[in-house]
Amino acid sequence: MITSVSDDLQTATTPEDVALPGVHLGDALALQAVTDQRAARFIDVRGLEKTFSGDGAPVYALRGLDLTVAEGSFLGVMGQSGSGKSTLLSILGGLSHPDAGSISVDGIDLYKLPGERLADFRREYLGFVFQSFNLVPYLTALENVTLPLAVKKMPGAEKRRRALDVLDHVGLADRAGHLPGKLSGGEQERVAIARALVNEPPLILADEPTGALDSETTVEIMDVFAGLHREGITIVMVTHNPEIQPYFDRTIVLRDGRLDCELPACAAETPL
Amino acid sequence: MRLRTIAFSNLWRRKARAAFLVAGILIGVGTVVALLSLTESMTGQAKTTMQAFGANILVSPDSKDVGLSYGGMTIGGLSVSDHVLREDDLARLESIPARSVLSSVAPELVGAVTVEGQRVLLMGARPAAEFKLKSWWSVDAGRAPANDHELVAGAAAAKALHLQMGDYVTIGGRRFTVTGLLRETGAQDDQLLIADLGAVQNVLKKPGQLTLIQVAAKYGATPVDEVVRQLHAALPQAKVTAMQEVVKSRLHAVDQFKGFSYAIVGVVVAIEALVVFITMMGSVNERTHEIGVFRAIGFRRVHITRLILIEAAAASLLAGVLGYVAGMAVTYVVLPAVAKEAQVAWMPLLAFAAIALAVVTGGLASLYPALHAGKMDPTEALRAL
Repeated sequence: MITSVSDDLQTATTPEDVALPGVHLGDALALQAVTDQRAARFIDVRGLEKTFSGDGAPVYALRGLDLTVAEGSFLGVMGQSGSGKSTLLSILGGLSHPDAGSISVDGIDLYKLPGERLADFRREYLGFVFQSFNLVPYLTALENVTLPLAVKKMPGAEKRRRALDVLDHVGLADRAGHLPGKLSGGEQERVAIARALVNEPPLILADEPTGALDSETTVEIMDVFAGLHREGITIVMVTHNPEIQPYFDRTIVLRDGRLDCELPACAAETPL
Repeated sequence: MRLRTIAFSNLWRRKARAAFLVAGILIGVGTVVALLSLTESMTGQAKTTMQAFGANILVSPDSKDVGLSYGGMTIGGLSVSDHVLREDDLARLESIPARSVLSSVAPELVGAVTVEGQRVLLMGARPAAEFKLKSWWSVDAGRAPANDHELVAGAAAAKALHLQMGDYVTIGGRRFTVTGLLRETGAQDDQLLIADLGAVQNVLKKPGQLTLIQVAAKYGATPVDEVVRQLHAALPQAKVTAMQEVVKSRLHAVDQFKGFSYAIVGVVVAIEALVVFITMMGSVNERTHEIGVFRAIGFRRVHITRLILIEAAAASLLAGVLGYVAGMAVTYVVLPAVAKEAQVAWMPLLAFAAIALAVVTGGLASLYPALHAGKMDPTEALRAL
């Protein structure tokens, strides 16, 4: 069922990408080329525009943004407040519709997905990590991690096993029964990361995940993300913190809703 | 983990809000249960009382009389009746198709006699049937007549004749022993001397004759009008009169109480629904951020709606069970104060109805908040993004 949802999402948008059995070598090479191209453009953003209605005057959050992200990248998105970082992330995550432009993830054109398929996409393809952890206060760490699996048809024992596995992965297996209020900031962040991982998504979107943490805990959390990056998961992280920039294998800077520059090519005076 | 796990966890860990929600429904359901069971108990008691009161049908000769009267019958005056009721008629009355609803048939012969120079009414009756039918008769001292040489005296008659327990009274040359004195009823019964039917027939020299027959019919099985029709068919020469006014006024009173109860029930259910609606709406608004998280991690709108409805249904179910128990407890406490003789009416259907009422009301009142939660924009809900 889970697989079929993912397959369905893909075939619904890119039927030409489906590999057929018994193809010739030339066809296989062509197929490989297509696959490589899709990996190189795992995230493909074109002409993205988003405007909010402010008090009297419109606020242009994104103005024709183009961006491609290769599969397995660890992309840092930096820029001043109001530069469009969080808006980009919410559109990437299928939470907010753009006014213009297109965005595809792994070949899936997000905003052409019908009805609630966008919710299915978020469940199957994405893991969100929020700045303020956003854990459900009345659920234990284990239950919070299991949350994305709650609407999946899967045996309860399997859900529990997967949740315990990812909790163990972030080093919190012994805190599984604790409510968020009983956990430190770093531990809560780890639980949030575990929740983002439990569905084994190919893409993680993180919005200022270290914004509320001290420097020591920030290093711990970034080490966790670095580990996920090494496992091949694509990560897009919005941050204000230049100290974590070395963890990214690519860093872009937004300014007034546009791609200003990409580190290290940015000018020294570019505000981050 | 499933949606219900989240719902139950929320109810369990946000105890104050859950308790408020449950209490809102519980009070509503408890009030409804208490009102309905009280009404049913009091209705049952009213019917029992009416059955015990009995004599709701009078069978009398079709005559025009003047002079002394008892029970609407003229005694000792000028009678222009062509027909006289006889004891043989009793068998015909007791053979009507609806005989099973006849709880008591009491033949009476009443006549004016002179005792120690005073005119009083003498009633001949079958004491067992008469005392069963007239349950308000109470013998203060002594007992009902047990043979044809005994009588009981009404309060006014005993006072006028200075009768005491054990006194002898000679009527028409026949000596009777006073075995009991009726407690004052405030009605014509106070003026009676009551003796065995056969003895009175001999004294009045009316062997086998009856003045009237009082019939108590049970309520419910066959309509009183139908019983009257059958009795009249059995005795076409007699006048058969249902004491409809008494019956109808009592049933009307009960119906009015029922109507009042149903109106209160309607108001209570409306208030209960409002409490649930406000509580659930408050809960949804309070959980805006949380709902945003659910949407962000892939919950569909329908999942959010279902989650809220599961919470409402679980709280309603619990409140329904507790409300039924509380309502019946209130009935047990209150009923003796409002109707001393009444028994608590156990209605198994009421338990199911109470729980169903709680769940349906809770569900319907939560429907809008649940749909509202499902329609929340995840970005609006998640201000962090």
